[in-house]
Parts: sequence; C-alpha cells; structure tokens
Amino acid sequence: MPTIKCPECKEEVDTGVVATVCPNCKADLRPAIEEEARIREDQDVSRKAEEDGLVAEFIVRTKDLVKEFVLGGTVLRALKGVKLDIRRGEYISIMGPSGSGKTTLFNMVGGLDKPTSGTVYIDEVDMAQLDAYELAWLRCRKIGYIFQTFNLIPVMTALENVTLPMIFAGATQDEMMERAIHLLETVGLGDRLHHKPNELSGGQQQRVAVARSLANAPAIVLADEPTGNLDLRTGKEIIDLLRQLNAEEGVTIISATHDLKMIDVSDRIVHIRDGVIERIEDRSEIDLEIGRLEGAED
Amino acid sequence: MERQSGAVIQRQIKLSLGQAFKISLRSITLRLGRAAVTAASIFLAIAFLSSVLATKVIQDTLEKERRERGRVMTVGEAVSLPGVEGAAGTGGAEGGGLSATGAQEEEARRWWLVTMSLLVCLAGITNAMLMSVTERFREIGTMKCLGALDSFIVRLFLIESALLGVIGSAAGAIVGTLLILFLYSIREGFSLPGRINWPELLAYMAASVGIGAVIALLAAIAPAVRAARLPPSAALRTEI
Repeated sequence: MPTIKCPECKEEVDTGVVATVCPNCKADLRPAIEEEARIREDQDVSRKAEEDGLVAEFIVRTKDLVKEFVLGGTVLRALKGVKLDIRRGEYISIMGPSGSGKTTLFNMVGGLDKPTSGTVYIDEVDMAQLDAYELAWLRCRKIGYIFQTFNLIPVMTALENVTLPMIFAGATQDEMMERAIHLLETVGLGDRLHHKPNELSGGQQQRVAVARSLANAPAIVLADEPTGNLDLRTGKEIIDLLRQLNAEEGVTIISATHDLKMIDVSDRIVHIRDGVIERIEDRSEIDLEIGRLEGAED
Repeated sequence: MERQSGAVIQRQIKLSLGQAFKISLRSITLRLGRAAVTAASIFLAIAFLSSVLATKVIQDTLEKERRERGRVMTVGEAVSLPGVEGAAGTGGAEGGGLSATGAQEEEARRWWLVTMSLLVCLAGITNAMLMSVTERFREIGTMKCLGALDSFIVRLFLIESALLGVIGSAAGAIVGTLLILFLYSIREGFSLPGRINWPELLAYMAASVGIGAVIALLAAIAPAVRAARLPPSAALRTEI
C-alpha cells in the first residue's frame, strides 16, 4: 500500500490502512494524497508515452517570436517573428552577424529570457506559463549551458564546479561525486579534479564547462560561442567533444556561433539576420561548401 | 490534460545552509583583500563600541571601590581620568565628585559618537558589497543558469557578510576591551583585571559581537537583493 508523508508532522503514513487524517497530528491528508496521485498519473503517462514512442519530436518549438527592447526613447526590434523547430537529438547552429538577433534568439530557446510576444515550447511546455521555481528547475535539470567565457566559479575546484548543478538538484554526496568524476574523465580531465579554474588552461576550463553542462543529464545543451575564446586547435577539440556527445548520448545541442568549423558537425544551420531567419541550411547542402572554406587545414 | 512527454515539474531545487556556508567561505578567501577592508571597518567600529562599554564597566568597579573606601574625589582627580573631559567646565566643584549633568552629557556624546561610527561602518560595508556584486555579475548569472533560485543568491551574500561581521566584531571586541583594560591598568594598577565584574564585561563583549554581525547583515541586504535580481542572461554579458 502506498505511503504518504504527512505535510505537517513529516511522518510516513500508510494510506492503505488510514483514511484521510494523519494519526500523528490529525492534519488533513487529502491534498497530499491527491498530489501523490497526480504525480503518479503523470509518471504513468510519461512512461507510456515513451514506450509508445510518443515523446515530443520537437524539443524546442517557437511560434511568431517577437522581442523588443526599449532603449531610451527608441524601441529596438531584435526578433521580428521567428519560427524555429528543433528536433530531439539534433545539433543545430545559429549563425549571424552582430546585432542580427542571434543572441536574443539563443536566449529565447534557452529559457534565459521571455519574448515580448509569441511562444516558446520547451518539451511541449509553454515557457510563459512557468513560474520562477519551475524555470529554475528547467535550467537545472533540462538544459545545460556552455559559455564563451567558460564562467566557472573561481572559488571552486573543477570537481566542485561540476557538482554545483547536482547540489541544486538535491543529489546525495555519493551520487554527485561518482557522476562528477565520471563526467570529468569523459572529457579527459580525470587528473585535474582538484584544480581551480585559475590553474587550468582555457581549453581545460571549457572542458570542465562541458562536463558541468551534462551534470544533470539534460535534454538540451546550449552553447554560446563555445570556441570564441579558444585557439584553433583547442577549439577543434571542443567541437569534436560536442559532436561525440551528440552522437553517443543523443543530447540536443544548440549553439550560437561565428565559428565556421562548427558547420561541419551541425545537422542544421540557422542563418539569422536583422531579426528574421534568412535561411536554414541542412547538412547535405553544406558538404559541398566545406572543401572551399577549410582548404588545406590539417 | 495529457502531457505527451517530460517528467513532472517538481519544486525540487535546494541549497542547504551547509553548502551555502561553504561557498560563501570560499568566496571570502578568494577576495581576501576586499574582505579584509570590510572586516577592518567592522573591527574599528566594534572596537570603539566595546571600549566604551568596557570603560563603563571599569568605571563602575572603580566607583564601587571608592565608595567602599569612603574616599571623596577631588575635581582635579576626576578630570584626569580618561574619557571624562569637560566635567570641570560644567561646574562640578561641589566636593561630591562629578556633576551629574556633566557626566550625563559626556555619556550622551560618547553614545552619539559610537552610533555615528556604526552607521558609517554600515554605509562602508554596503558600498563594498555593491562593488562585489557588480564584479560578480557573470558568476551570479551562471549560478542562475545552473538552476539557482533568487533566494539562494541572497543567502550566499548574506552569509558572506555575516561571516565577515562576526570575525571583524570578535576581533574588535577583544582588542577594544583589552586596550581599555590596559590603559586603565596603567593608572589603577595591574590588579585591575582581577577586580572588575567579568560576567558583565563578557556579556557586553558578546553583545558587541552581536551588534556587529547584525550591522553587517543589514548592510548586505540591499546588495544581496540587487544581486538576486540579475537575470540569468547576465552570464552571457562580456562587459560590466
């Protein structure tokens, strides 16, 4: 028989035996019982959906996205009606010059900002309907972030940086350590666990950032100019790492970038200019151009 | 209403006090220079406060001793005690020691000075913390991207400030008290520490530390709230 935790006195109550009142403190258990039933129902639906192959095909969907910034007296229209659908497991790059709305679009699909009008669906959940807690949960569990400036917490070691999202997610100490060590080994930093960011090179810091972004096994990894502050060779290593993760773990990767090296690994490229999507290139179309661009590099 | 996919969105984000404590402590050790300046301002203000309180305790003891011995103090002797300036000027020459209003005025002035110094200290801490928040905008934005709630950010900054407050106040209370004890001992003999009312003195020291911690906490509220309001996209900004 299922047990319920009494919200008042925190006792475990066997609901099969008792009806609706906590034997300990006489608090009304009915709301807790209903909540439990709802959670179980949702879990059943999700499980069934996955078994039936009905998981959302599109992990991110945007509809008529408009974002306007008010700067002084003028209104700056950063996005002028953008529609973008991103499939689960896709590796998509958003490219565009400065001021094109690339960063704004990136913020929208990554749950970092709310649009002026239009909707963003992340895993079929409308972002605008989420409150602060749910948004934090989303950023903690569903999305991993990689930044151009690495953004590791300077006072923490590599290991602690990777465990930080897990702390927020409420993981136990053992789980955290085990998973963090495994992730850091995957990115090739198994021997640098206890180094602080100022003891790591740029490429190594970005690797830690990649490991951190995967801490809670997110569905989406958002990368803002991941190779922006890295030299050619290290940048290539990071791109290879991301491609490997995309292929092996099936993580959807969305990156905003100037880097032409990204073209080779992306499934699709979204070219944005002046707040609208100019065109979306598919993998197959790109291959023809690579020969001309890369030339004799390696 | 059927949701096709995605697990239940639970309200399961947390940052335990212990973890927050660890992170705040680390932040202090990284920016030791700025932390030292903040702690120093608390140190000075609380040293002043506890020296005033210690003076009170010592003078109570001396007063008690004098009454027991039945000595009548001349005005000359009264004026030569530290911290009793101006009593002669207010006409305390009645042969019964210090004039009541003169001592009261002195006392009031001293308390006014202490309060002012505490307020200046508070302003200084708020300023230092606001600078700290401005410097750390990227760090705060990143934490929010990792799932931190606004309350976590507030917690981290308040703990950091409270820690500095306690450390600075403790040092200030000890140094302020010992200094006054030392100065009075020179005049009244080094047996003085044995004669004063220690429980009262220690209670005053504890109160000083408490006041210092509270001041540090209050000073950090505005910066902490400002930090908590930073959006997660602050992590992407490349300039201040």
